[in-house]
Amino acid sequence: MNITYIILIPIIPFIVFLLLGIFNQKIKPAVSGYVGVFGLLASAMLSFYAAYQYFFVNGKVDGVYQTFTEKTVWMHFTDTLHIDMGILVDPISVMMLVVVSVVSLMVHIYSRGYMKGDEGYTKFFAFLGLFTFSMYGLVLATNLFQIYIFWELVGVSSYLLIGYYYTKTSAIAAAKKAFIVTRFADFGFLIGIMIIGFYTGTFDFETLNNPEGSAILNWAATSFMGLSVITWALLFIFIGGAGKSAMFPLHIWLPDAMEGPTPVSALIHAATMVVAGVFLVARLFPMFYFVEDGFALNIVAYVGAFSALFAAVIAITQTDIKRVLAFSTMSQLGYMMLGLGVSGYEGHEGVGYMASMFHLFTHAMFKALLFLGAGSVIHAVHSNYLKDMGSLRKYMPITNITFLIAALAIAGVPPLAGFWSKDEILVAAFEHNKLIYYVGVFVAGLTAFYMFRLYFGIFWGKDRTYDHKPKESPLSMTFPLLVLAVLSVVGGLIPFSEFVTADKVGFEAHLNYPLAAIATTVGIIGIGLAWIFYKKENNLSDRYAKAFGPLYKWASDKFYFDEIYMFITKKILFKRVSAPIAKFDRKVVDGTMNGIGNKTVLISQKIKGVQSGKVQDYAFVFVAGVVVIALVFIYLWSN
Amino acid sequence: MDILSLFIIVPVVTILFLVFAKSLKQARMVAMVGSLVQLGMAINLVFAYLKERTVNDSIMVFTKDVVWFEPFNIHYNIGVDGISVALLLLTAIVVLAGVFISWKMYDLPKEFFISLIVLSIGVYGFFISIDLFTMFVFFEIAVIPMYLLIGIWGSGPREYSAMKLTLMLMGASAILLVGILGIYFNSDVDGGALTFNILEIAQVNIPVEVQKLFFPLTFIGFAVIGALFPFHTWSPDGHASAPTAVSMLHAGVLMKLGGYGVFRVAMYLLPEGAVDWSWIFIILSVVGVIYGAFSAIKQTDLKYINAYSSVSHLGLVLFALLMLNKTAWNGAILQSLSHGFMTALFFALIGMIYERTHTRDITRLGGLLKVIPFISVIYVIAGLASLGLPGFSGFVAEMNIFVGAFQQEDMFMRVATVLSISVIVITAVYILRVVGIMLMGPVKNESYLKLEKVTWYEKFGILLLLIPIVGIGVAPLWLSDMILESLDPFIKGLL
Repeated sequence: MNITYIILIPIIPFIVFLLLGIFNQKIKPAVSGYVGVFGLLASAMLSFYAAYQYFFVNGKVDGVYQTFTEKTVWMHFTDTLHIDMGILVDPISVMMLVVVSVVSLMVHIYSRGYMKGDEGYTKFFAFLGLFTFSMYGLVLATNLFQIYIFWELVGVSSYLLIGYYYTKTSAIAAAKKAFIVTRFADFGFLIGIMIIGFYTGTFDFETLNNPEGSAILNWAATSFMGLSVITWALLFIFIGGAGKSAMFPLHIWLPDAMEGPTPVSALIHAATMVVAGVFLVARLFPMFYFVEDGFALNIVAYVGAFSALFAAVIAITQTDIKRVLAFSTMSQLGYMMLGLGVSGYEGHEGVGYMASMFHLFTHAMFKALLFLGAGSVIHAVHSNYLKDMGSLRKYMPITNITFLIAALAIAGVPPLAGFWSKDEILVAAFEHNKLIYYVGVFVAGLTAFYMFRLYFGIFWGKDRTYDHKPKESPLSMTFPLLVLAVLSVVGGLIPFSEFVTADKVGFEAHLNYPLAAIATTVGIIGIGLAWIFYKKENNLSDRYAKAFGPLYKWASDKFYFDEIYMFITKKILFKRVSAPIAKFDRKVVDGTMNGIGNKTVLISQKIKGVQSGKVQDYAFVFVAGVVVIALVFIYLWSN
Repeated sequence: MDILSLFIIVPVVTILFLVFAKSLKQARMVAMVGSLVQLGMAINLVFAYLKERTVNDSIMVFTKDVVWFEPFNIHYNIGVDGISVALLLLTAIVVLAGVFISWKMYDLPKEFFISLIVLSIGVYGFFISIDLFTMFVFFEIAVIPMYLLIGIWGSGPREYSAMKLTLMLMGASAILLVGILGIYFNSDVDGGALTFNILEIAQVNIPVEVQKLFFPLTFIGFAVIGALFPFHTWSPDGHASAPTAVSMLHAGVLMKLGGYGVFRVAMYLLPEGAVDWSWIFIILSVVGVIYGAFSAIKQTDLKYINAYSSVSHLGLVLFALLMLNKTAWNGAILQSLSHGFMTALFFALIGMIYERTHTRDITRLGGLLKVIPFISVIYVIAGLASLGLPGFSGFVAEMNIFVGAFQQEDMFMRVATVLSISVIVITAVYILRVVGIMLMGPVKNESYLKLEKVTWYEKFGILLLLIPIVGIGVAPLWLSDMILESLDPFIKGLL
């Protein structure tokens, strides 16, 4: 299969970025929007073609999907270690190409309406281009270092876009927080890469992931503190993944990231960049699975399950609709991690892996839809808060219907997309780890509940008296909603297990009726409760919130994690480390240097009397000096 | 005339012309033409070097050897390898950018440009010398004009800063001289004549005891100008008082003499001393890396932030040199180059901001992205480059350093390596802090709304520095291979 043209997929958005970035002031907004959209359309078409060609034209060879790579050396470290730049085409990278293309294209189209009249319109599309380029680069990476490079680039695009409204103090703080928290995680990632490079001698995915390769077979060669160094490396790499995918306890940046424009939240902080962590684990899945009997993979499962639960609980209590969605994203990402964590490798064993990727795919569609729908609502009522919304179904029919579809999809109601993928994850959990299965089912119920709390709160409930009557958004915004709604309905019907599996062979997935029934029932109970609480304006929810008292407060304050981090950074690192160091430098280190200088001046003032002007004094000192020097030299020479 | 001596002669000729300059216009014209020629020569040298390399595999090429002072066997002996070629290019670019940035130097323009070019002679000479003594002389030539440049054209407590800087560097030179003489007087242990020639000394088996004695002297002597903790305090004050172009040259080029000297002299000639002493200097350099970064978080003066950031970044250079392997050394050289371009760019931008707003206090600035977008955007880019974002030179350099350092297997080195990697987080904190406070946010001062837009010569200076940062960051292969190749003989000396 000829894959050279795939290089164009990332290159086109990069060119768009350069064009719009450099000629920022000269290009008219009307033009720049089209440049962005059509650039991405081209990339998307190529991606779809690549997917078609890969899965259907080329298909399986000997029952296995092939991996194609094309790469060139970018920089040498040592004779064996080097960074390559290239593209790697295999089922998950092709799937990611499709996901990124669909969502990014929809967001581009949507932004033409949403960002209309904004003074940074061109800049916005430039940044979107930069992000899309980096994301394509990330999913196509052939080796750990390349993925790290693009990993950082998506991070910086995220920084620039969160801080897009750069005169707003909260946006600046959020952007900074997002970058620094993920950088901290990347510090772990980088150490993991170093360990892999040192102990296996390669960064290359294909070599590392080969189940018969030395990296996997020789994992026990070196150990550190009772664990194989490779396990350590994978755990460190997972820290990087957890940072990007907002896993507990590195999740704190994601809710704040909602300061960015809503299309950005949909693209970066819901559908694509935040799944990079999941993608990373999936990319290294054979290593995670085989090394030390999947020790690291177990950690992934528990972190994922805990994050899913943790975020779902918080999501119930939030009043800012974007934050509800942000915690929902974190929760669903936890679900995906969990799916990977409980997966096996071969055949039907690998159902967790398949389901996780499947969920990544469907989640991208319906979560992007939810965010874009929320953006449409915010666009209409100029507020993020539930208290300013209600009964909007009367004013915004398209947004209402599409949002409902997305909410049903995420709640796992059959036959929408979320049902299929979530069900498979639960099947995998059920087969491997009962505890995680119960957590998963419970989270499914919570998800349905908070999602419909949101839905009823926005589109039903009390009819507020709006100053400006809310209007349905323009076509440029509703069109992407409709497209994504269709995908959220039919996305689940794709026979994913045929295409994307850990061993690339594929298997036939069957619906597990009892488990599906349980999950669906739990979801419907969640929706039902939300119906009782929020469909009509009543004080039930307040009463229950009061009944839970401190627990409710605790959850609505996000379990005080922001405060803990603030305490560590502001009070300890800034006040107790940085400030004293700065002071120490001025007072002690520099003080010593100044002291030496001042003492020298003092001494010279005291001994300047030696300069008497009498020749006999000078002669004496001169002779004495010569004698001393001579003695020293004689001593040195004789040794 | 040989291709390298021109690097000394052209500036001398430029100075001769400058002496007759009558006005700012003439002076800057002469300085610009001189530096442009110099840059042309440096670029030409890169190509000439790459071509020469294919046919000539001696350590140094384009060598020339003239006896200078017979009795002590001092030679004017010059030559270059890939490392010095790269550093010469850095110098030529920074000097030219410095001339552009000093376009409006109204006070004593002629004298200013003369001092600037004298300084550059010292730097060029230092990078091409093979003879220890000549090298030392050029080192001094580079340092002394600093005193005048800061003392006369500086701001704030300029006399104090100039004095402090000069005294500390001179003190270091004295230590260095002892180290150099120590090496010189032991260069005959194998029966040859006493010599200052680095390549010849490298062949001599200097006794281990002697190496242990003189390594720390040579190392510290050079490392002070490379901002080794705790001898870095001349740098923040010096930078803060120095005029823009001087800060650029100082941080961009002069501080690189430290790392280069450590590499060329201390490491190359006294390898066993290096192995023996490395632990203590590793501790000092790692402390410098972290300490500089933490200090930078708390500063409010832009120049202090940048000065401490330099302590941190150059700490990495020394750290990498002490890792004693090719990858780390490659990283050290790349970091020298990258830091050179980056800080020069930073200081240029700080100068432009200061010229317009008359303050360097970030708490009094705000919202500059709105009023001077070009300068602000470049500042953001420079910041991102400084925090090691891929696509810029800093990333390439740092990754080489970290991967190189990670080749050392014992626990002490591992801990030091992880600590120094942690700086990627701290750097992000202080860079984004400045970006957040100074460039983003609402415009703090009404009068800032009418700030002068960027001028053509400023744009020129900026682009000159930005192009190599991006160039190295995007396509590092040729440069890193050129350096790696030149490192071979040095690493062989070690093993």
